Amino acid sequence: MKKAYAINAGLVLTLFAVITLLFHLGILNRFHNGLILLVCINIILAVSLNLSAGFLGQLVLGHAAFMAVGAYAAAIFSKYITGSEIGLSGTPLLIVALILGGLAAAVAGIIIGVPALRLRGDYIAIITLGFGLIVQSLINYFRTYTGGAQGLLGIPRLTNFNNAYFIVVITVLVLVCLIRSRHGRAMIAIREDEIAAEASGISTVYYKILGFTVSAFFAGVAGGLYAHYLAMLDSRAFGFSYSIELLVIVVLGGLGSFTGAIVAAVVLTLLPEILREFQQYRMLVYAIMLIAMMIFRPKGLMGTYEFSVFGIFDKCKKVFVKFKRKGAQ
Amino acid sequence: MPLLEAKGMGVDFGGLRALSDFEIAIEPNELVGLIGPNGAGKTTAFNLLTGVYAPTEGVILLEGKNIAGKKPYRINNMGIARTFQNIRLFKGLSVIENVKTACHAHMSYGILSGIMRLPKYWREEAAIHKEALELLSVFDMADLADVNAGNLPYGKQRQLEIARALATRPKLLLLDEPAAGMNPSETQLLMDTIQLIRERFGIAILLIEHDMKLVMGICQRMVVLDYGMIIASGKPEEIKNNPRVIEAYLGE
Repeated sequence: MKKAYAINAGLVLTLFAVITLLFHLGILNRFHNGLILLVCINIILAVSLNLSAGFLGQLVLGHAAFMAVGAYAAAIFSKYITGSEIGLSGTPLLIVALILGGLAAAVAGIIIGVPALRLRGDYIAIITLGFGLIVQSLINYFRTYTGGAQGLLGIPRLTNFNNAYFIVVITVLVLVCLIRSRHGRAMIAIREDEIAAEASGISTVYYKILGFTVSAFFAGVAGGLYAHYLAMLDSRAFGFSYSIELLVIVVLGGLGSFTGAIVAAVVLTLLPEILREFQQYRMLVYAIMLIAMMIFRPKGLMGTYEFSVFGIFDKCKKVFVKFKRKGAQ
Repeated sequence: MPLLEAKGMGVDFGGLRALSDFEIAIEPNELVGLIGPNGAGKTTAFNLLTGVYAPTEGVILLEGKNIAGKKPYRINNMGIARTFQNIRLFKGLSVIENVKTACHAHMSYGILSGIMRLPKYWREEAAIHKEALELLSVFDMADLADVNAGNLPYGKQRQLEIARALATRPKLLLLDEPAAGMNPSETQLLMDTIQLIRERFGIAILLIEHDMKLVMGICQRMVVLDYGMIIASGKPEEIKNNPRVIEAYLGE
């Protein structure tokens, strides 16, 4: 067990070192830097949405709105701190701002989750859809704090590859460990059969609200990262289409697979850039790829499969044993 | 004091009186049968006892405490587990995960120790892993632990549902037509298993079954429902010769 942790930690650090090296060698430039940060933000959004949509089985149509709440809360906070006498700056300021953004989004999650999730059924889809629209109007309404339609400017640029990468790692780690505990089992049971879960002694209302709130928290964290990467916020960025884009990532990766969500987030963030040479056919190719994907792999890229180093060892071992048996015959 | 006692329990759905004046008392470690023709209200009685519906009148006492109208998971935590007429497994999960999920309420580590994997997490997880395997071996399913529950044959799915209910450590187990859709030899095997569970776990069982002949063999007492009313209750021999029961089942 300890070995698995060491190997995973090693892989995570190696990837970090490789990317850092590529930056130093100049193979990756500033344009790539922005792209990688967007990938990081989308990974956090995808894995957190996967918690509520994939593991809890609740259709959430307003994930971008939670991101918006977190983004504005974090941005307003760090703008205020930077302008004040409090000597907090750099990554420590970012971390405090992200936690605050996450908490703001989590509170929003509780407020809309409590009435919607007490009921059985798809009410949460409609309510989150409405929430998305309300958040955008509220941002435009409270102009003095949010900058309204002109956008919120002058946010300190605190997000960089170093801190974003490790925030992604922590997010994934927290969510994976949560899902593999008794609390995660309770959430998956709700997806599988809510009535049976309740009859097995699980408070379904509590775990639905818990899962939904944690999901909203990390959406808020992603929003905070986004705000401190762009240094400006515009409410139009957090519209319905972005929520749908995130849902596409999660469905494509496989509902209920963190590996799938991560892979899909990387691929679908980079794909529009890779397809840039197709120019006006870009969206067409993107759509065709999505349709083909759903036809050939309806359960998503990964289904509910998770990548693990030891899983691969086990598979190799099984193949080897089979081979040996054949040889002996 | 009986383990479970329902007094004057009844429920209306709008204008429809689904069950009225339902009375039952179950002693610890007793096996009671609940029978009746289709639509008599057997499953409704189960749903009231397990909190799926709140009774419109009457009390349900579990060890002297009123549980009428409590939430299903609370009632489960207090000691009543059930299975369903149409099997409700966590089909996408493995057999052992199904059982472990039901162990939820008697584990105590919090969300943070789960996320940070503190010693308590490892200790409790190891304990329920062992417990789940032991429970599965009672049903000869320990070797199927990693199979997807949805891929099990029908009879095994029924057994797994019972194992999952037992994993919640109930004092009373409610089985809703466990033999539905089984052939005679599978049914006989199931009845033997039910007897075994009662002896081994020392729990009381309330069993819904269509097939009179079958329940007669194993139940100590029976309650017969028709049109939402109890028409007879007593020992199997008394039930067999009760004219009202014969009428309900065979018609005049």
